Amino acid sequence: MENLIAPLIAAPLLGAAVLLVGGRRLDRVGHWIGTLLSTASFVFGLILFADLLGKGAEHRTLTQHLWTWIPVGGFQADVTFRLDQLSMTFVLLITGVGSLIHLYSVGYMEHDERRRRFFGYLNLFLAAMLLLVLADNYLLLYVGWEGVGLASYLLIGFWQHKPSAATAAKKAFLVNRVGDMGLSIAIMLMFTTFGSFAFGPVLSHTGDASEGKLTAIGLMLLLAACGKSAQVPLQSWLGDAMEGPTPVSALIHAATMVTAGVYLIVRSGAVFNAAPDAQLAVTVVGAVTLLFGAIVGCAKDDIKKALAGSTMSQIGYMVLAAGLGPIGYVFAIMHLVTHGFFKAGLFLGAGSVMHGMNDEVDMRRYGGLRKYMPVTFITFGLGYLAIIGFPGLSGFFSKDKIIEAAFAKGGTEGWILGGAALLGAAITAFYMTRVMLMTFFGEERWRNQPTRSPGAPSAEPAAETHGEHAEPHPHESPKVMTIPMIVLAVGSVFGGAFFSIGDRFLHWLEPVTGHSEGDSPLSAAAVTGATMVCLVIGVAIAWAQYGRKPVPAVAPRGSLLTRAARRDLLQDDFNHVVLVRGGEHLTRSLVYVDHTLVDGVVNGTAAGFGGLSGRLRRLQNGFARSYAVSMFGGAALLVAATLLMRAV
Amino acid sequence: MSAAAVHSLWTTAAEPISKIDAPKIEYGQLSPTLIVVGAALIGVLIEAFVPRRSRYYAQVFLSAVALCAAFAAVVALAADGFGTTKAHIAAMGAIAVDGPALFLQGTILLAGLVGLFTFAERRLDPAAHGNRVDSFAAQAASVPGSDSEQAAVKAGFTTTEVFPLLLFAIGGMLIFPAANDLLTLFVALEVLSLPLYLLCALARRKRLMSQEAAVKYFLLGAFASAFTLFGIALLYGYAGSVSYARIAEVVDGTVTNVDPALANTMGNDALLLIGGAMLAMGLLFKVGAVPFHMWTPDVYQGAPTPVTGFMAAATKVAAFGALLRLLYVVLPGLRWDWRPVMWAVAIITMLGGAIVAITQTDIKRLLAYSSIAHAGFILAGVIATSKDGVSSVLFYLAGYSFVTIGAFAVVTLVRDAGGEATHLSKWAGLGRRSPLVAAVFAVFLLAFAGIPLTSGFAGKFAVFKAAADGGAVPLVVIGVISSAIAAFFYIRVIVLMFFSEPKPDGPTVAVPSPMTMLAIGMGVAVTLVLGVAPQYFLDLASQAGVFVR
Repeated sequence: MENLIAPLIAAPLLGAAVLLVGGRRLDRVGHWIGTLLSTASFVFGLILFADLLGKGAEHRTLTQHLWTWIPVGGFQADVTFRLDQLSMTFVLLITGVGSLIHLYSVGYMEHDERRRRFFGYLNLFLAAMLLLVLADNYLLLYVGWEGVGLASYLLIGFWQHKPSAATAAKKAFLVNRVGDMGLSIAIMLMFTTFGSFAFGPVLSHTGDASEGKLTAIGLMLLLAACGKSAQVPLQSWLGDAMEGPTPVSALIHAATMVTAGVYLIVRSGAVFNAAPDAQLAVTVVGAVTLLFGAIVGCAKDDIKKALAGSTMSQIGYMVLAAGLGPIGYVFAIMHLVTHGFFKAGLFLGAGSVMHGMNDEVDMRRYGGLRKYMPVTFITFGLGYLAIIGFPGLSGFFSKDKIIEAAFAKGGTEGWILGGAALLGAAITAFYMTRVMLMTFFGEERWRNQPTRSPGAPSAEPAAETHGEHAEPHPHESPKVMTIPMIVLAVGSVFGGAFFSIGDRFLHWLEPVTGHSEGDSPLSAAAVTGATMVCLVIGVAIAWAQYGRKPVPAVAPRGSLLTRAARRDLLQDDFNHVVLVRGGEHLTRSLVYVDHTLVDGVVNGTAAGFGGLSGRLRRLQNGFARSYAVSMFGGAALLVAATLLMRAV
Repeated sequence: MSAAAVHSLWTTAAEPISKIDAPKIEYGQLSPTLIVVGAALIGVLIEAFVPRRSRYYAQVFLSAVALCAAFAAVVALAADGFGTTKAHIAAMGAIAVDGPALFLQGTILLAGLVGLFTFAERRLDPAAHGNRVDSFAAQAASVPGSDSEQAAVKAGFTTTEVFPLLLFAIGGMLIFPAANDLLTLFVALEVLSLPLYLLCALARRKRLMSQEAAVKYFLLGAFASAFTLFGIALLYGYAGSVSYARIAEVVDGTVTNVDPALANTMGNDALLLIGGAMLAMGLLFKVGAVPFHMWTPDVYQGAPTPVTGFMAAATKVAAFGALLRLLYVVLPGLRWDWRPVMWAVAIITMLGGAIVAITQTDIKRLLAYSSIAHAGFILAGVIATSKDGVSSVLFYLAGYSFVTIGAFAVVTLVRDAGGEATHLSKWAGLGRRSPLVAAVFAVFLLAFAGIPLTSGFAGKFAVFKAAADGGAVPLVVIGVISSAIAAFFYIRVIVLMFFSEPKPDGPTVAVPSPMTMLAIGMGVAVTLVLGVAPQYFLDLASQAGVFVR
């Protein structure tokens, strides 16, 4: 059965190759080829899943060795896949949500001339992401890691004719390089410490290594995770990445790729368990990011950027949970899966709204859309209830567990982390309610609007078919788009309950990640109660601000915090001042040193030799007599030197 | 020492006369040399008896066959084990048949064959009065610019004597590294030098320059020969013999029976040191080491370019062979005396060649100084005084000779109205006009500079490694610095060819006959093969790295 792992990756890889190499003659069927191969991969995943379920919990690890990739002495890199409960979970999420989004894209990208290429990139992404989660060693994982980075770059910049998209793609790529560097350093450290970078030897020998080395490896892995999962301080690219087509935002920048950092931390749990300092750093990053993303999400008027802030925040929850160690690993992954459902659903809903609204993204020009888009409204609404943690829906179960686990960390840390998580829950409720109210309720602010000013966020190219100046005519999206939204909404509603009742998910994942109950100062009921209170407060404030009074079509100036949050809490300003300016100063001073000192030495040497050459050249005067004298002198010296050597 | 004196010494030493054995000559083992010299003699007869119009073809055919046959003989001898287990001294102690001799003879023969192809090229110069002409003067004896020269050109004369001369020179070069006594060494030196003096004077264009070069070469060569001969005399006075083995024994102090006639001088170290130094000086003159290098740029520039290429490659191989044998077989017991001196020579040769080359403006002079710098690099390997040193020098010589002939062959192709356009400024933008020729030349320049994946790198690495292992680390450091300096002017030519605007009146690249193409092609092939997969040839050189005593 393990022979089915390779086809799992090969199917979308084949799709990418066929679609990208195939050329224009595949334009008319390309999207269906892509969707079919993605679905095939999902079916392989289901078969493997059924197989795993049929085995005992301790036999649920399959490995497939394909070939030895780099054999150099002690450096042995194999192409080996490992399918266990953790990677199985990811495989189903990636291929399942991925297939739904492929289907959705068939409708969403209908009018795009480069749709075939788009599906080729999507398939490439699936293949790389599957490689990432199925690799049996860190080096192969790194290949997938870079592969998803490439696919993300290509898809963010898919509408490369827009300078903003091209810039965003470049930004994502550059920021990710910082994280990638962390991963490569971590791999090197592993090799020097353990003599291997395969999961087995590294993770089962953490006891042999010093805590200092493990902390270093852990921090480097955390850096990698920060880059890929948009965690503070490498979070700045995610908001701009929304320049990509909305299905991309749903699949890559919400449900799957951005969670790769969480996968990396959970997979490397053994390293973090033995390095408490690194673990603490992980929880701090998670807690800071969950508040950071939530605050940014509150201030954004662009629906996709508001959701992007939310994504950042929710991944912050997952990272926080992953940093808690065995108390939190299972819940990090559980929240990851439920988040995959509801956030993908929310993004697809946002895409559907934009599809019906001439690709308008400014929520201040929405309003009252529930009448015109009932399916989108209901699915988006269910996703909304799930993310804020409405009792009974997915988010309620998974987020609640993380908050409990944060308190269970114990001590002051537990209180701080738990408090942050609770506060985050309240803010989540606020900004999501804000999105919901501004989009689907209130007055229809899109009527009788002045035409778009040139400086406003530019439309996606599909807008050309609608005409730029026409008043939007909101309408429901075609079935090919709504069906994936409905499926994801079902997942958002029932996923959490399905996983949590009887601790199904816990028992499934526990053999891989391990689990321990923490020592919580609060009872589970108390935490749930507190969460509910926060939820109600958040919703109530949002209602007071956006439900009771009309939403101004032009954003008010707002408080200092609001303005800062609109600028992503000054992340770009910070990067500009510290990194760009600092880098410029560094390069300028290096150039100065290079020009004066290095070039001076080099040019001086060259000039010196040139002058010497010109002088020596004059000895070559063309007269045979001078040459003979030089030979005679040389011979005399030779003889004299030989005699002298003997004398000495 | 006069011939009569030598004669009397021999006769006294060989008393009584009736006991002289008939000399035993191993013709089979000497066959490479015999074939080449024999073919040269036949070539002289061809000049005398074959009609003028057929001479060129007869000579080229004869020379090619002779060189191939001689090379086959070398390979057969090596395959028979004469390079390793059966190595011995043939012809009554005059000629050594051992690994280094066979390896160098093979290299010289191949270089000679490639040189022959460039000699025989007749498509580059425009046809004179309907006759195809080569690089050599129509009639060497006619005064440049005279009526008789005009008449000779009009009649379509060509100097086909160059082919026998080439074969004679090769014959001398084959003996030179194999010579096992001082007299044979000297005879070989003259046999290889005299034809080269003549060949240098034979250029079809710029004849005055060519003749000036030949005269300079001859005068200075004669001067150096005098030193050599004097050194030989002193060594004889020291050891009472011209045989390498005998001298080595005296140096080592293992000789018991002292010839009474020489009892006064034998074992006098002053004779040994002065004689050894003078002999070494004669050989250093041939390899073009500083300060005995002054002839090189003038001669390289003035000689017909095919001759320059052949001379630069093959003479260097032969002379380094002889130098190796002298230092490793005759004077190993003296190495603490000659090593420091050789260090100094190697250092000033490397630096001098590289530095003066920087300001050269003529491509042939540039290559001449480059060859001086390379002589320094090879000397670094010679000084290693180890088996690795010998084999690294052998490898270096094999790679270097093909690069050199190929590079000079490319120089013959770049022409304008005045013949070869050798001034560097005319090479500007050559890469845009003739990318292939410029690319080939760039390969040769990179090999000269010792860039990896060319034979130059493998050779330089081997030589420097041997030198460093032999304790000459400062020498290696200076060698690497010199390489860096040298890289400057090689790369400068590449930059000039590829990144400069072509001049409107720039030279054109002539389309050669297949022979020059073959010569250049062999150069490129050997350069790349020795650069990419040097191991087989390094092993070969390593097997051939032991001198017979």
